[in-house]
Amino acid sequence: MTRRQIIVLALVLIAAAALPFFVTNYRTFQFTLVLVYAIALLGLNMLTGYNGQISLGHGAFYAIGAYCTAILMDKYGVPYWATLPVAGAICLLVGFLFGLPALRLEGLYLALATFALGVSLPQLLKYKHFEHWTGGVQGIVIPKPEAPFGLPLKPDQWLYFFTLAVTLVMFALAWNLLRGRVGRAMMAIRDNHIAAEAMGVNNAIYKSLTFGVSAMYTGIAGSLGAIAIQFVAPDSFNIFLSIVLLVGIVIGGLASISGAIYGALFIQFIPNIADEISKAAPWAIFGLFLIGFVYLMPMGIAGAIRMALARLMQKRQNT
Amino acid sequence: MRFRLVPIAAAVAAVLTVPTAFAQKKYDTGASDTEIRVGNTNPYSGPASAYGTIGKAIGAYFKMVNEQGGINGRKVTWVSYDDGYSPPKTVEMARKLVEQDQVLMLFQTLGTPCNTAIHKYMNMQKVPQSFVATGATKWNDARNFPWTIGWQPNYQTEGRIYAQYILKHKPNAKIGILYQNDDYGKDYVKGMVDGLGDKAKTMIIKEVSYEVSDPTVDSQIVQLQASGADVFFNVTTPKFAAQAIRKAYDIGWKPMHFLNNVSVSLATVLKPAGVEKSVGLISTAYLKDPTDKTWANDAAVKKWEAFMKKYYPEGSLEDPSNMYAYTVASTLHQVLKQAGDNLTRDNVMKQAANLKDFAVDTLIPGIKINTSSGDYAPIESVQLMKFNGTQWELFGDVMGK
Repeated sequence: MTRRQIIVLALVLIAAAALPFFVTNYRTFQFTLVLVYAIALLGLNMLTGYNGQISLGHGAFYAIGAYCTAILMDKYGVPYWATLPVAGAICLLVGFLFGLPALRLEGLYLALATFALGVSLPQLLKYKHFEHWTGGVQGIVIPKPEAPFGLPLKPDQWLYFFTLAVTLVMFALAWNLLRGRVGRAMMAIRDNHIAAEAMGVNNAIYKSLTFGVSAMYTGIAGSLGAIAIQFVAPDSFNIFLSIVLLVGIVIGGLASISGAIYGALFIQFIPNIADEISKAAPWAIFGLFLIGFVYLMPMGIAGAIRMALARLMQKRQNT
Repeated sequence: MRFRLVPIAAAVAAVLTVPTAFAQKKYDTGASDTEIRVGNTNPYSGPASAYGTIGKAIGAYFKMVNEQGGINGRKVTWVSYDDGYSPPKTVEMARKLVEQDQVLMLFQTLGTPCNTAIHKYMNMQKVPQSFVATGATKWNDARNFPWTIGWQPNYQTEGRIYAQYILKHKPNAKIGILYQNDDYGKDYVKGMVDGLGDKAKTMIIKEVSYEVSDPTVDSQIVQLQASGADVFFNVTTPKFAAQAIRKAYDIGWKPMHFLNNVSVSLATVLKPAGVEKSVGLISTAYLKDPTDKTWANDAAVKKWEAFMKKYYPEGSLEDPSNMYAYTVASTLHQVLKQAGDNLTRDNVMKQAANLKDFAVDTLIPGIKINTSSGDYAPIESVQLMKFNGTQWELFGDVMGK
């Protein structure tokens, strides 16, 4: 990291930490959801952006994470924070196992396989032999965590800080992972898997591990999302969620860590803005935004910012 | 100096009495001398968007009310957001309505899962979640959730009414039940079992269920026929209802066939099943059906049509959802009228639970809305109807409470 980057990062962190003291509880709640989406998008971006595997079913991992938390809290009285590692571990395993057979599938065929996972999971959650745990169509209502140790924070603010802390840890881990040997191997597979193999990268292991880690990130996001929303039900995790996640990484910027945050802001706020512009056709307005973004920022928001900065630097050097 | 005391005394008296006159005007967030803010979530997009028309028609209704001078001189501001029938979105939008838009109350939030998602939140915030648009029985729970109240006849009530009819007209019936395996289906079955009382064990000879994910219910229908049942209680959503009606007819099973109110639509159920195969179906109604010729010259339906043409011209005159919206909005209108100048959340809820023999003219004559502090189920009576091959015909008396 350069000094400039460290300063920017510090400023962003200070702003993020100060945020809940300047906005309403409702906005704090919305920004908590932004952080949740950012983790999910980071997970999907590892898979799609860095490793070149397209997934149309990441909503399923989000749902699994959410249900792990809800069931552990509701049936076994586990505290909310302790459910995160469990949800992450289960999603890592499920993702890894799903990644093994998916190895044989390339590109669009993998997209279809993951799509199948995404569409089938909400129905599986309603399956009557699971109903004892999942609550069937009625879902599970979970309590909202209060701030611990008598901290003078409202529950929404506490949850925001908790989510922020988890987000920072997850981003730091991803940053370490993606910038090192593993990240390079992942990108080599994306760019040319034969060349990668010739260089000694074990394609099979890397691809399924990427799938697993990606699912783990999305699962932890789902888990945090469930705590924030305080409710899980099959209708919450339809296939649309998976599509929206994919939209988020493309808009935010493929193969970019900061892109996950921009994408999260987009998928959280743009549908609301669209709804306020037109009740009759909110998704048509959303579509216009989408086309506008893709047209004006073909590399995603992160890419556009990178280019703008580069241009600025060049100008400064020239003068 | 003495004569000067009189006006002073009068002034003092005036000052003393005025505050009591003002004290009657009480407001919570979302209400003022000029405005009452009412919030709502509706699926304007997504799989249940056919219901989106309800939110639009209610908006049109309050536009009409405002043009006619509002409620006790206050205009109603209708704030309705799209939740796409997605519970997390409902949570977000309900929080936006309560915390940011500062509405007095929510009204007609739609969908069982969506309302479940905000049930606890609304009751913790003590903001009315009034007349929710779902037929689940759990909204009638004044003791644990005093801030949430239902509106339409709930599924258990309807099940009980079929049971009453069976006990009266076919006391030796052998009943076969097909139900969707979720809360909605189980609510209906519970109503039927409760309604039959002690006889339920002997009269119900077969119960089969299906999952929403099942492709067909053909095999279930065959099982029911094989059981020898001569009464069929059909608790299915539209797609499966059409399959069940057709299959029963095709295999030559001709039981007395009760179809739940969820699936009485001519367009989405009976026509796809085949109207000739649907002759003799029995169901229930509580609203005047705008397509029913019985009401062709009915003053209330005419008034509704005029309302639709003037305030919601793009809405369909054939969609019963628009009639539903008009009727439920009339109920809220009455509640807010009763609340008078005491527009606190507490009083709104009190008045919602204080409707006595309130009759909206778009309800079937004889059906009245009654609520009390322990009874959060506004409409508890319905009338039976039979399908004659072209349309539903009401028959018998209004049943229920």
